[in-house]
Amino acid sequence: MTSPPAGAREWIRRDLSRDAASPNLRDYDEACARFSWAEARARLTGLPGGALNIAFEAVDRHVPVRGAQVALRWRSRGEARRDVTYRQLAQLTSRFASAVAGLGVKPGEAVFALAGRVPELYVAALGALKGGFVFCPLFSAFGPEPVFARLSRGEGRVLVTTPSLYEKKVRALRERLPALSHVVLVRSGDEARAPLPEGTLDFDALLATGRPDVAAVATRPETPALMHFTSGTTGTPKGALHVHGAVVQHHLTGLYALDLREGDVFWCTADPGWVTGTSYGIISPLTHGVTLLVDEADFDAERWYGLLERERVTVWYTAPTAVRMLMRAGEALPGRFDLSRVRFIASVGEPLNPEAVWWASRALGQPIYDTWWQTETGGIMVANYRAMPVKPGSMGRPMPGVTAAIVTRAGGRVQVSPVPGTVGELALAPGWPSMFTTYLHDEERYRACFVDGWYLSGDLARVDADGYFWFVGRADDVIKSSGHLIGPFEVESALLEHPAVAEAGVIGVPEPVMGELVKAFVALKPGFDDSEALRKELLAHARRRLGPAVAPREVAVLPALPRTRSGKILRRLLKARELGLPEGDLSTLEPPP
Amino acid sequence: MTRDELKAVVEQALSDVAPEVDAGALQPTARLRDQLDLDSMDWLRFFAALEATLGVTVSEADARRLHTLADVVAHLEAAQTRR
Repeated sequence: MTSPPAGAREWIRRDLSRDAASPNLRDYDEACARFSWAEARARLTGLPGGALNIAFEAVDRHVPVRGAQVALRWRSRGEARRDVTYRQLAQLTSRFASAVAGLGVKPGEAVFALAGRVPELYVAALGALKGGFVFCPLFSAFGPEPVFARLSRGEGRVLVTTPSLYEKKVRALRERLPALSHVVLVRSGDEARAPLPEGTLDFDALLATGRPDVAAVATRPETPALMHFTSGTTGTPKGALHVHGAVVQHHLTGLYALDLREGDVFWCTADPGWVTGTSYGIISPLTHGVTLLVDEADFDAERWYGLLERERVTVWYTAPTAVRMLMRAGEALPGRFDLSRVRFIASVGEPLNPEAVWWASRALGQPIYDTWWQTETGGIMVANYRAMPVKPGSMGRPMPGVTAAIVTRAGGRVQVSPVPGTVGELALAPGWPSMFTTYLHDEERYRACFVDGWYLSGDLARVDADGYFWFVGRADDVIKSSGHLIGPFEVESALLEHPAVAEAGVIGVPEPVMGELVKAFVALKPGFDDSEALRKELLAHARRRLGPAVAPREVAVLPALPRTRSGKILRRLLKARELGLPEGDLSTLEPPP
Repeated sequence: MTRDELKAVVEQALSDVAPEVDAGALQPTARLRDQLDLDSMDWLRFFAALEATLGVTVSEADARRLHTLADVVAHLEAAQTRR
């Protein structure tokens, strides 16, 4: 293993000698050299005849050995709390799987969820997987348009949601969703006493029609299991499809990158509406038989430290935006809590800035280990490992079993950069089990991700002489805000629906907490004049349609937007002008009228 | 400032962050984040907007105890008396 130069300030090497638990991955180079996917697969139990089902690996296989152990430790925003054991989770997910099958839903059809972090969401996710349906989570802060676009494109047959989310985001669009035959509502408090809206089912009543002992469907490793929507620069959101075989990657990365082991209490702060919240907020930790902490509430620094202490969290997977919000709450605050049980902290979503890593070393007593992956990869691809020194700002080194390289595109081919330090596109050699298998209904865009035997990630990066990868930027116009990818096209389309808007261009501008903030530039139709009231109306319009997670937070009015001669809006130029950067090659720019 | 004036300032700050909000329709004692689609970042920006208008910094520790319109107004009123 590479050793840091003595006294080098850019390395953080932890003294693990006093830790009771030695890292799962002790020698990186040896683990890479000896690696085989067959061995990784053998860490799971599997079903007869080579079948593999994510829910069986995450839940059912633990029942004989740890049926009474808490699988989900749920803490509500209020006083309510609920612990669900592995045995109970096995029964609840069997009920869900059989009840949904009883509705006439066929294996391979899509079960969507749009809900906050409530136990029923986890039952629906794992129950859908158990029944051989394709599970697709939606983020509850999406507005009606992103919800509709995804349900429609993903041909959702079942939607599990809450009465208020249904009313706000789905009901009015339901007629335009012919495939959606069943809406199942999770009701609590006053909602449980109110009459069910027309055309919906009650979650608990549905579960009561299922059987608690049905076995997981014998899906094959190549059977579709999960669908996650992600955003590109152009077009509608892309539904990346993943298979049951992905569980091999989920398990292996939990072992090596998150250092999970028996007895752990694991907390992934990501919402299951995003890929992290499913791969690591549900599947990976459960395959390791650990206790999964689920917090319903939104970010709150004191609450978070309190949860780490009270719930005895040992491994914590969070995101740069959350870390930066913790930093804002001060370095003294964590000192008021006993965080001594926390053995390992990892981060994902966007590059973790070096200051955040140094801050954690001081304030939390240990660095935060950054990881890199994306919706399409299904699981962690590049990581900093507990046994390896951390270079703050670096995403780390490829997972054992994963081949990563920096490549440059030229004339429809790619070339691997042989020289360390060269900036190029981060590429992965296909073959890891959680790789997406298609974009639903968009095979062409799927194929375009692969060139010369490499999967091209769209992220620009470089690799240093020690083999550590460093993120540089996006190769396209996709915006990353609070760790979430936002497609400018989706936002522009919503703005263009407003009667005053003639043209719209949307970019990300740097913001200290969110990473990037979504900013829109619009040109108005004749008869409309720029005013604060109009700009607010445009923001309101976008927020109503897209929800706060996707809508722009700032809007500016321009006389016209810069376009290429072929008519494409030059977001790159909008961004350069906004940030006062060089405008680059403008030879394709359309001359002003 | 009177309570009504403070309430108007709070409603203005909310509408800066989330202009789709019909401030008149808000229930003063129900959690704002349940009534509105606000994310964590909206919430931070809401307090930043209040700070910009009133010059009153709402600490993280205070902010986490303020859930309703009435909470926020009462907090600002108390902060005003202390000054």
